[in-house]
Amino acid sequence: MADFGAELDVFRTETRDWLEANCPASMRTPMTAEETPWGGARFKWANPDSKTWLDRMAEKGWTAPMWPKDYGGGGLTAAQARVLEQEMARIKARPPLFSFGIWMLGPVLLEYANEEQKKAHLPKIVRGEIRWCQGYSEPGAGSDLAGLQTRCEDKGDHFLINGQKVWTSYADQADWIFCLVRTDTTKKHEGISFVLFDMTTPGVDARPIKLISGESPFCETFFTDVKVPKAQMVGKLNGGWDIAKRLLQFERQNISAGGFGGAAGLEIEEVALAHVGADNGKIADGDLRARITAHKMDAKAFSLTVRRVEAEAKSGKGLGPAASILKYAAATLNQHKHELMLEAMGSDGLGWDGEGFDRANIRETRAWLRSKGNSIEGGTSEINLNVVAKRVLGLMDHQ
Amino acid sequence: MAILNEEQTMLRDAAKGWVADKAPVTALRKLRDTGGWKTGYDPAAWKEMAEMGWTGVIVPEAYGGSEFGYRSLGLVLEETGRTLAASPLHATAAAAASALLLGGSDAQKETWLGRIAAGEITAALAVDEGPHHHPGSVALKAEKTATGYSLTGTKRFIPDAAEADLVVVAARVSGAPGDTAGIRLFLVTGGAAGLTATPLHAIDNRAHADLAFAATPAELLGETTGAGWDVLSATLDRATALLAAEMMGTATQAFEVILDYLKTRTQFGQLIGSFQALQHRAAKLFTELELTRSCVDAALDALDAGSKDAPALVSLAKAKANETLHLASIEMVQMHGGIGMTDAHDAGLYMKRARVAEALYGSSSYHRDRYAKLGGY
Ligand SMILES: Cc1cc2nc3c(=O)[nH]c(=O)nc-3n(C[C@H](O)[C@H](O)[C@H](O)COP(=O)(O)OP(=O)(O)OC[C@H]3O[C@@H](n4cnc5c(N)ncnc54)[C@H](O)[C@@H]3O)c2cc1C
Repeated sequence: MADFGAELDVFRTETRDWLEANCPASMRTPMTAEETPWGGARFKWANPDSKTWLDRMAEKGWTAPMWPKDYGGGGLTAAQARVLEQEMARIKARPPLFSFGIWMLGPVLLEYANEEQKKAHLPKIVRGEIRWCQGYSEPGAGSDLAGLQTRCEDKGDHFLINGQKVWTSYADQADWIFCLVRTDTTKKHEGISFVLFDMTTPGVDARPIKLISGESPFCETFFTDVKVPKAQMVGKLNGGWDIAKRLLQFERQNISAGGFGGAAGLEIEEVALAHVGADNGKIADGDLRARITAHKMDAKAFSLTVRRVEAEAKSGKGLGPAASILKYAAATLNQHKHELMLEAMGSDGLGWDGEGFDRANIRETRAWLRSKGNSIEGGTSEINLNVVAKRVLGLMDHQ
Repeated sequence: MAILNEEQTMLRDAAKGWVADKAPVTALRKLRDTGGWKTGYDPAAWKEMAEMGWTGVIVPEAYGGSEFGYRSLGLVLEETGRTLAASPLHATAAAAASALLLGGSDAQKETWLGRIAAGEITAALAVDEGPHHHPGSVALKAEKTATGYSLTGTKRFIPDAAEADLVVVAARVSGAPGDTAGIRLFLVTGGAAGLTATPLHAIDNRAHADLAFAATPAELLGETTGAGWDVLSATLDRATALLAAEMMGTATQAFEVILDYLKTRTQFGQLIGSFQALQHRAAKLFTELELTRSCVDAALDALDAGSKDAPALVSLAKAKANETLHLASIEMVQMHGGIGMTDAHDAGLYMKRARVAEALYGSSSYHRDRYAKLGGY
């Protein structure tokens, strides 16, 4: 790296100056849930600065810093991308875009899609013009994803899709879906294909499902005689399973890197001091204090591991075994944090809404409920651990 | 005394049948969806509970109760806990009734216990003022007046207090918060002058309220010097152990729902209950339930027997019930996968009630600390 040091320093200075000049002041404050920048054709921007920030970043390709410039990306090297990350963190800049397209779909399109498909979709993902949802799970196919039944038939000049997906996050707000469909009923894994289609196509019906936290971020999604142009299949017919698995890797990586942080921002020890009280500066409940401390140490261990994995990845040696534990560890950690937070708040954290409860506390309580999905979404913790046991540790199946 | 007598068996079976029939989880959903969390219960169902004698289980026969004792009331609450049945039964017939029973003068018992047993009134016990259970920290002030006492201060998150006809209030006649010698119990009637109740919309959709007292007239519980810390502690032991019994029911039901799902849901061409990872978790939860049940039974038996180790057994029971229900509620969501995260499934309702019950009458830290103190270390 040393020989590139000077060039990188120039890049750092330029980046710093550019961010200083272009990142709106309100985009340097902690993000609220309402201002999450999902983008997409139908998106309503709660804060116009979010849109300005997105447009400026997308113009440089910095919503997808390492994607090739040909597809609208930033074309940065890993080292430059790291600098950009550091410089954004320095001014506490918000991410310009939250996007399943950037986190999940884009990386597999780069690997598996044909030139036409890349040109058609990647630049729009970079600019946040199209919002994507993930049509994987079905009522009978969750952990056993390859058991999916949504039918896709070849009708000569188009595909015809019939079936049902479930737990489809933001299907009611997304513009397009990347969807796993069955194109061969005689085989399991080798009968799955990966297709992309517009959610406004006739026959697509997304019905929101209410979550235990009161929000409705995901849907039951029905397909009745949905016509899809044949050019919208990615990869080969019946070759979708490899793409599906690759995408899940990106999904889990993204989840673990972000650590399910979310927008909350309350510090657990401060919450405990405020609600439990202090005894010579220490959280007065010694038992809770010890558990909070153990959690904070686990959180530190996690972030050190994320850094170690990133360093290994960037050194070109590929992902080491530590990477496989990240999604499970992140889910466990985040859930534990929210449980401790709730306990620390005592009855102040038991409000649903209305009088008698602080807004920030209610938000935290809802976040606690939402965090219960962390060990289910993107593959359950049980499935994650099975994968570690089998693929990483080489342990055999129960006979 | 793990074995139930005939009366207890009948009481439990009747409760089981009634709860399944009249107070399934759908009743709580209905209450929630129709704004019923303000009162917290369905008056018709409450009337039937009283008619079955549940409000008089710990009340002496002399005042119209059945005097079956704490263990028996625990059996009923365990059944109501199974379906998250919302009612002022615990607040009235366990918490407030215990205070009257332990600390009331003959006249006060005569006036109130009979009406509780008959189901004519609902009552509540108001102790905590901050977000955490800490009875010694009572600050609410009691001042002597020409006719009795006057209370000024606030209470936080009090179960079933908004609509109660009678509130038993812990207040301070002397000393500073932390000094238990200055604490006395008082009786305040619902709608008394200067009493304001703010109903709270809590995650469990039960009735909880903040109370504000502004020179509210009150009557001292007990004779001349009044019932103080010892009666409050003994009352809290009863309320806590009986809440633990309710939680035992909630956890047991959560476990049974999980078990049922493990035997019906298939993935990878087999029942998910055939995966050892889940089998062991179910078996561990079952182990915790059995351990907890022993503690809850022992605490209630000790209260019935008036034995010296009751306080420690109560803290043991509540700490265990907290942990086991906590675990059961997490497993209930997790083992159901995506469905467990939906409002349409009951798992979320169990999880929300679990956290409220865990906090009420003391978290696990509180009871572990108390257990250690009672043990002299
Ligand atoms: C908040 C949230 C958002 C989601 N968003 C999306 C989305 O956008 N798109 C999408 O397609 N899906 C989405 N999902 C669905 C998610 O991927 C599935 O819920 C998940 O894969 C589990 O599938 P299931 O719900 O069918 O549970 P099941 O597979 O039925 O699992 C039930 C239980 O059995 C366990 N189990 C299953 N098999 C095994 C085994 N072999 N060994 C041990 N235990 C096992 C599971 O771990 C779980 O505890 C989302 C889920 C949530 C909670």
